[in-house]
Amino acid sequence: MRQRSIRIAAGSTLAVLLAIILLVPLAPGWAAVKRSFFNAEVFAQTFPGLLNAFLLDVMIFAWCAPAIALLGLAIALCRDVRAPALFPLRLFGAVYTDVFRGLPVILVIYLIGFGIPGLGLPRPWNSPYIWGTVALVLTYSAYVAEVLRSGIESIHASQRNAAICLGLSERDTMRFVILPQAIRNVVPANMNLFIALQKDVALLSFIGPVEIFRQAGVYKSLFANFTPYVGAALIFLAITIPATRYADYLMNRQRQRRT
Amino acid sequence: MRSLSFAACAIALSASAAHAAGHGACAEGKTLEDGVLTIATGNPAYYPWVLNDAPESKEGFEAAVAYAIAEKMGFAEDQVTWVRTSFDEAIQPGAKNFDFNMQQYSITEEREQMVDFSLPYYTSAMAVLTTQSVVDKGIAPTAESMKGLIWGADANTTAVPMLNEMIAPESDPLLYGDNTDVTAAMQANQIDAALFDLPTALYLAAVVVEGGVVFGQIPADRAENPDQFGLLMEDGSALKECVDAAITELTDSGELAAIEAQWLQEATGVPVIE
Repeated sequence: MRQRSIRIAAGSTLAVLLAIILLVPLAPGWAAVKRSFFNAEVFAQTFPGLLNAFLLDVMIFAWCAPAIALLGLAIALCRDVRAPALFPLRLFGAVYTDVFRGLPVILVIYLIGFGIPGLGLPRPWNSPYIWGTVALVLTYSAYVAEVLRSGIESIHASQRNAAICLGLSERDTMRFVILPQAIRNVVPANMNLFIALQKDVALLSFIGPVEIFRQAGVYKSLFANFTPYVGAALIFLAITIPATRYADYLMNRQRQRRT
Repeated sequence: MRSLSFAACAIALSASAAHAAGHGACAEGKTLEDGVLTIATGNPAYYPWVLNDAPESKEGFEAAVAYAIAEKMGFAEDQVTWVRTSFDEAIQPGAKNFDFNMQQYSITEEREQMVDFSLPYYTSAMAVLTTQSVVDKGIAPTAESMKGLIWGADANTTAVPMLNEMIAPESDPLLYGDNTDVTAAMQANQIDAALFDLPTALYLAAVVVEGGVVFGQIPADRAENPDQFGLLMEDGSALKECVDAAITELTDSGELAAIEAQWLQEATGVPVIE
């Protein structure tokens, strides 16, 4: 029975693939599409440059990710404070997540990337790298904060009560009881955000840095050919597909643990 | 009085129709729509190429050239329609929505493999746009002196390879999606200088960038690959020979030079970069 279903699955997959491979080239515009999107010559000429430009994406990602994690955690904690005197913090957390989740990333990058340096900051403090990073960190930490908050809220109130009974302070309860469980619960969700961040790093190109998306655009313009974008897409996929699979694996493992 | 001007109009119209009939043979049946020439420009179309983003007014260098070419090809003014495209739309595979596209496309060998270009209608010098405060810091119009500046350019232009060839800046240039973003970065002091074609640089310095200066130019005859603008057409366009014939005629008769003199200011005063 199991063998049979595997055979059927393999057969139908093969049929679909064959249909695509055979039918797409029959389209009247295929030759033109192939020439401007899948041009081997242009690909060979531009791919090394694209790989080189991708290093900048990796670097931006590498310094954004920890900053996002930290700020996201801080905002999530702001939203969880219970002391009445600290209500302004709670309010700040709510407003912050509302605003930065509600704005398109590209808009924040434009406003912060050109706006703040325009105030007259001296070099190197007006660098688009700095303010572009700030924009990404502000936006993504709002998402991460919401994910972490849902993790914190998923921890049953009895845990908190038990910790208080044991004599832990509110701070220690959060640090040693709630957060370790909460963060573990939301790792897969956060992985998804970081995969999204890997792609959104390319938006920094709008304010100047020549990362892979911009480099592909330059090649596109010089060759009047879209193949460099396909090259860039392949490079992104080479990173994001393994990352997505890893997130899936984490999610599965978590589901199995719960059941 | 009114009837008189009507009569004048009628005479003018019939004259231009007669004129058109003489030339119209070449383009016949080769345009998207019979008897209509569809020309594409940018969205928005920039000064001084098109004034007030209104090519129909025939004001601005490219708008004027477009109507002159149309006339030579046998299309009267009212037979010309305008559409707007981005650069990417102009080079995408598949059917085009224009007969030719005119927005300062530089003719290059690589691009020519994917699309057709007409003969050049303008050869542009490249120019360095910067601000007075950068000039005051003491730079000289030499490639050597300007290497240390932070450079910017419009990523979709041939200014990018030109910048690397002629100036070879020490730090990687910053690239932007359009003129507006380049000038925004200059205003935010994120870049010191940017490379544009000369007419665009003169306009940006005079109108857009506060304290803007066109600091130096690289004349077309000095560059290895001079920046020549051509009309962009679909690869293998049947219209190319008619367009080329019209441009040759305009060039030989001196009409093209006259249009250039009318709409593009002379850049005397801008020093040549050594």
